[in-house]
Amino acid sequence: MSSGEVKLIGAWASPFVMRPRVALNLKSVPYEFLQETFGSKSELLLKSNPVHKKIPVLLHADKPVCESNIIVEYIDETWSSSGPSILPSHPYDRAMARFWAAYIDEKWFGALRNFLKAEGEEEKKAVIAQMEEGNALLEKAFIDCSKGKPFFNGDNIGYLDISLGSFLAWLRVTELTASHKLLDEAKTPSLCKWAELFCNDPAVKPVMPETAKLAEFAKKIFAKPQA
Amino acid sequence: MAERSDTEEVKLLGMWPSPFSRRIEIALTLKGVPYEFSEQDITNKSSLLLQLNPVYKMIPVLVHNGKPISESLVILEYIDDTWRNNPILPQDPCERATARFWAKLIDQQICVAAMKVVGKVGDERDAAVEATRDLLMFLEKELAGKDFFGGESLGFVDIVATLVAFWLMRTEDLLGVKVVPVELFPEIHRWVKNLLGNDVIKKCIPPEDEHLAYIRARMDKLNIKSA
Repeated sequence: MSSGEVKLIGAWASPFVMRPRVALNLKSVPYEFLQETFGSKSELLLKSNPVHKKIPVLLHADKPVCESNIIVEYIDETWSSSGPSILPSHPYDRAMARFWAAYIDEKWFGALRNFLKAEGEEEKKAVIAQMEEGNALLEKAFIDCSKGKPFFNGDNIGYLDISLGSFLAWLRVTELTASHKLLDEAKTPSLCKWAELFCNDPAVKPVMPETAKLAEFAKKIFAKPQA
Repeated sequence: MAERSDTEEVKLLGMWPSPFSRRIEIALTLKGVPYEFSEQDITNKSSLLLQLNPVYKMIPVLVHNGKPISESLVILEYIDDTWRNNPILPQDPCERATARFWAKLIDQQICVAAMKVVGKVGDERDAAVEATRDLLMFLEKELAGKDFFGGESLGFVDIVATLVAFWLMRTEDLLGVKVVPVELFPEIHRWVKNLLGNDVIKKCIPPEDEHLAYIRARMDKLNIKSA
């Protein structure tokens, strides 16, 4: 079941692509990384994800798996005997991990994205307020889920760590652009501590985009066309 | 872990006409799990609901041994993780990933597109019908040669897709807009017949007459013209 070539279609800057990369690293699964060019979609991508035409797509023995969090669960289930467990073992803890991962993608990330697009001080202020509300919820979620351990998943990084942690580089770029700390040591001390541990994890470090490089990329993709 | 018994407390906060609430009832009934149903009024939210789902303040909320779980897809997975008889998700990781993929498509895209059909008029409605049909075509293809999305028996996607069978398709007659005509979607129509032959489904979906009356009343309230 776990045999067969593994390929991942993605892009270095995408937080969604980072998720399966961390998961594959945690499980020590070698894979070929097929980088998409920004602004165009390869034939392989269109063939492998005809519904959404989006990255990441995992190809395992040529069978495609789509949607970043779904791919992470697939990796955990397929290589279950290798490396630490990515999802928690208790059903209630698994439910909490899935609940907060969905919240992060549906609400929290929406606010972050709105910030990058926001124009004018009023709009920016409103989005910052939204983000801070979200961060407060996640700070509490961290305390509840981690139960005194360093990560959402306990001793090792897991599904929810990966889900939120994959946005840290973009969060840093947003902080630079806004000259405003979005993860504040005073307001979210546990998350700040967690963020540093996450970024230094050996499964994460090789695939976390460098802030400066990402900031340059962000400038390019969010650049307003010349008048 | 504590031993399970029939006296273990399972409570569901829901609403009788809600597809998200009904899918939980289907899952619990499939597994033979006794539960107490608490009908909620989201126009006048109870303090219990606000306490148990502070993030979204929505139904359904499953409470098991005093611990609340929200978000219907998260609840469905929790039920499958906790009560292992009559599995809802397949065993194979690739099939599980596929099931999760379709469930997400139904809730995040088909549901949204279908709501636009109800909410819009004229050209905008036509566009929404087109968009909904394009998405439903993926489900149509997925059903080819199968009694249910889950194969020979009901599974995760069938439970989630009851939203299409008994909400979208029931609303069609009232709207006078055939979103899912049998000529275009013969497999989906065949699948609905299979669902109606299943005892659990028959028991757990809202009774047709009452349901249609409810939808008509809601449409009148929202000034949506009914056929």
